[in-house]
Amino acid sequence: MRTRKNNELRKIEMKVQVIPNADGSAYVAFGNTKVIAAVYGPRELPKFLQEDRKATLRVRYNMAAFSTDTRKNPGPDRRSIEISKVLRDAIENSIFVEDYPRAAIDCYAEVISSDGSTRVTALNALSLSLAMAGIAMKDLIVACTAGKYNGELIVDLDQEEDNNGEADLAFGILPNKNEIVLLQMDGLLSKDELLKLVEMLKDSCKKIYEEQVKAIRSYFENV
Amino acid sequence: MQPKGKIVLPGEKIEIKDKRFTYEEGDSSYSKILALIEEKEDKKKIVPLNGRYIPKVGDKVIGIIKEIESAGWFVDINSYNYAFLPLGEAVQEFIDIFRTDISKYFNIGDIILAKVINIVKNKIIHLTLKEKGLRKLHQGTIIKVSPYKVPRIIGKRSSMLNLIKQKTNCEIFVGQNGYILIRGENVGKAIEIIKTIERYSYISGLTEMVQKMV
Repeated sequence: MRTRKNNELRKIEMKVQVIPNADGSAYVAFGNTKVIAAVYGPRELPKFLQEDRKATLRVRYNMAAFSTDTRKNPGPDRRSIEISKVLRDAIENSIFVEDYPRAAIDCYAEVISSDGSTRVTALNALSLSLAMAGIAMKDLIVACTAGKYNGELIVDLDQEEDNNGEADLAFGILPNKNEIVLLQMDGLLSKDELLKLVEMLKDSCKKIYEEQVKAIRSYFENV
Repeated sequence: MQPKGKIVLPGEKIEIKDKRFTYEEGDSSYSKILALIEEKEDKKKIVPLNGRYIPKVGDKVIGIIKEIESAGWFVDINSYNYAFLPLGEAVQEFIDIFRTDISKYFNIGDIILAKVINIVKNKIIHLTLKEKGLRKLHQGTIIKVSPYKVPRIIGKRSSMLNLIKQKTNCEIFVGQNGYILIRGENVGKAIEIIKTIERYSYISGLTEMVQKMV
């Protein structure tokens, strides 16, 4: 049962620089979905992998074996390889890859607790990590999910709503540029419903953007 | 304690134009990176808060030898690519590269103090050792800090650096790229101070904080 309003987000928690070894890192939690992300680089890459005019992005999304109630077989599988690829495309379109020719930027997102919307939570965490690592970006990346559940249009799905809903939509945007970098839909939606969901998502993303800004600013201002 | 200036995030609209750290779209200019806007005598400057070293011709850097080629070395200088130190820029006498093993001059893991002489298209970085004071550094502990914090660690007319050297009785070499080599009596204390400066470099009242520590 959904106890929140249709356009209400779960409790958001964000923290930056949680991993001292990494150039940038972040912890992001949306309710019970918790993700730790780290970014290394730009750094040297083996010669045969180098691209002459731009940086190579290596993104790894992974779910810990203990993150769900049914044990998740550790290691990359079909699903996490796909999500890694989708996240890489989103990030590649948000950062200035041409600024770092022949270098590598390594991004890691580890889901430590999973309760729906893990890919967008990972993208939010990676956005904070990239910014903290000092990598040239067009804008922070803000992501959120939405869907249709019991005939109602809702944002920020949890696991139950994701499994039993009629449709779900993962969405990522550059809020200041108004450019969409991630849009994935599963299920059935009419055109009107889709457009309505995108509008709802844009509003929610504004709230999440403010949380991201707050997380970075508080790291520097509350010392 | 408060930061010295305004903190800007990537994508935020700002007035300053600086090719390295901002980009333009239409008539407006936006920040590319997480940075601090420093105001000095109505001149505004954008200073990144983190990031790898962007090489600049003339910078003195500390590097670690990573690869040996037939006519030079690849050196890690905390940038996004290894820099290249050609044989001719490192050794004075003539060497027949077909008959000599150049690893006797510099081997993998050696630490050098070098200067950036040229950055070719596609950001290939060339180093030299042909200047006074540039050489191989023996012994010591290497630590890594953000290159944008190096001016803070050195201080005005190297006041901060001299303070740390005096109080900890250490010899400290600072590269513009953020590698710092420390050797001497109280290395642990020196590292602690430098790490504190790195973490709180952007706030006002840093000098008092450091003086309290030493």
